[in-house]
Amino acid sequence: MTDDTADDDTATAGDAWFAAEGPVGDGDLADRVREESAATPDDWPTVAVETGFVDGEEEYEAALREATLSAARETVRERERADDQQLIHAIRAADDARRTANELAERVAEWGGSLFELDVDTETDTSDAGVAYARSVADRDPDGPAETRVVALAERVATLADEADRLETYVEDHTPVVAPNLAAMAGPTLAARLCSLAGGLEPLAKKPSGTLQVLGAEDALFAHLRGNAPSPKHGVIYTHDYVRNTHPAERGSAARALAGKLTIAARVDHYSGDRRPELEEELDDRMATIRARRGGDGE
Amino acid sequence: MPAGVATVSDAGNSDRALPDGVQRRTFDGEQSLATRGEPVYGEPTDGPWRAWDPHRSKLAATIESGLDTGLAGDDNVLYLGAANGTTVGHVADFAGRTYAVEFAPRPVRDLLDVCETRPRLFPLLKDAREPATYTHVVESGVDAIVQDVATRGQAAVAARNAQFLADDGRLVLAVKARSEDVAREPEAVFEEVCAELRETFEVLAETRLEPYHDDHLAVVARPR
Repeated sequence: MTDDTADDDTATAGDAWFAAEGPVGDGDLADRVREESAATPDDWPTVAVETGFVDGEEEYEAALREATLSAARETVRERERADDQQLIHAIRAADDARRTANELAERVAEWGGSLFELDVDTETDTSDAGVAYARSVADRDPDGPAETRVVALAERVATLADEADRLETYVEDHTPVVAPNLAAMAGPTLAARLCSLAGGLEPLAKKPSGTLQVLGAEDALFAHLRGNAPSPKHGVIYTHDYVRNTHPAERGSAARALAGKLTIAARVDHYSGDRRPELEEELDDRMATIRARRGGDGE
Repeated sequence: MPAGVATVSDAGNSDRALPDGVQRRTFDGEQSLATRGEPVYGEPTDGPWRAWDPHRSKLAATIESGLDTGLAGDDNVLYLGAANGTTVGHVADFAGRTYAVEFAPRPVRDLLDVCETRPRLFPLLKDAREPATYTHVVESGVDAIVQDVATRGQAAVAARNAQFLADDGRLVLAVKARSEDVAREPEAVFEEVCAELRETFEVLAETRLEPYHDDHLAVVARPR
């Protein structure tokens, strides 16, 4: 970018944002602003003039402005592409795929049971037992038209269950980008479920904590409002360790405290977007207090 | 309050501290700080001037409270924690090259609008706790660092960014007590932050920002 006959040793562009190698295309300098680094800062405007990148300060400022503006625009666009609506589609698709795989696995079990000897190894007592059996059927060599159909169906179950796994991995990877604080405190899957139930991060951020606390317990809530049931203590946040593994008598308190902090986390994520690790510490402290009332974790 | 640190009780007599390009003007019958630039958030205007509200800006509150910030017109400024650009827009109105560092993408959308009408305001979507991510862009020897970051470890952020500051430059810092520790007394937090600051800087002056901002301390310092 500059000739080597420069008459002093001060002017080297080194790691500067404008020190691109070779010809500079559209967006190259913005990419350098986004990704590069230098060991130490330098008097870049002077270096830029001395190395011949620009003729003067004004030209430097114009170039720097263009590069920083387009770098910032691109980063904002990238971060926002990972938005909450994508997350909601993904978590709902994961649930659909999981539910459908299990339903079809039952059919495979029923049908396969009439055709094949039961493979004892696969009859384990886990929630995945149906899908595991379907996978074992999928590995068989079918004999005759009925077996061909049931094995083909079992293959569908296996690939559908695999897709459910991949969708859940996607949710786990992307929730922290969309809602960093909520994902850190609730766990990525629960955070995505809360967004899904509320209809988005913004609606979630606008809900009072008492609503977040019972999201997913609408049946129980309306039974209570009709006057013939106690108020629900928790909705989907029941899956959080702080509720589920707290003594039953203290679960209401735990759910209330957790919902309060998750509401704040959702608001920080929606309105500001920066990480607030102190929120987690406050929640941990509060939970320690609640659990201490019963002398430790619940049964 | 440690010995040797100037405090200001007479806020009325502080105009000598105003940088070039900042004036006191009257908007709707009320005196206010003002800078010249395109309005960005619906603030009152008077010709080319726009009001700079100390209730919205900690730097404006710092100037209002009479602290000598050492800021001068055409200073090159590194601004840490630019948020949506409310304050950094006013800084760019009177300063020279202004580097606006902000990490959260949502406020940066608004910051970009502020940059549109300001040729020497450069947005950087970077984490102020990791200055290595912008050493190749921000020049060394800036005249001032203005810091308003809402994270724990505000003194550490200032220390890590001291490499950009000229030897006779100024750090103008708004310390938010609640960002360091929500539970502790602000006074105790401020003392701790200032003690850590003194490892890298010489503290020249400090003042609380009430009534404009609760539980905030403004500090002016220079490199040791």
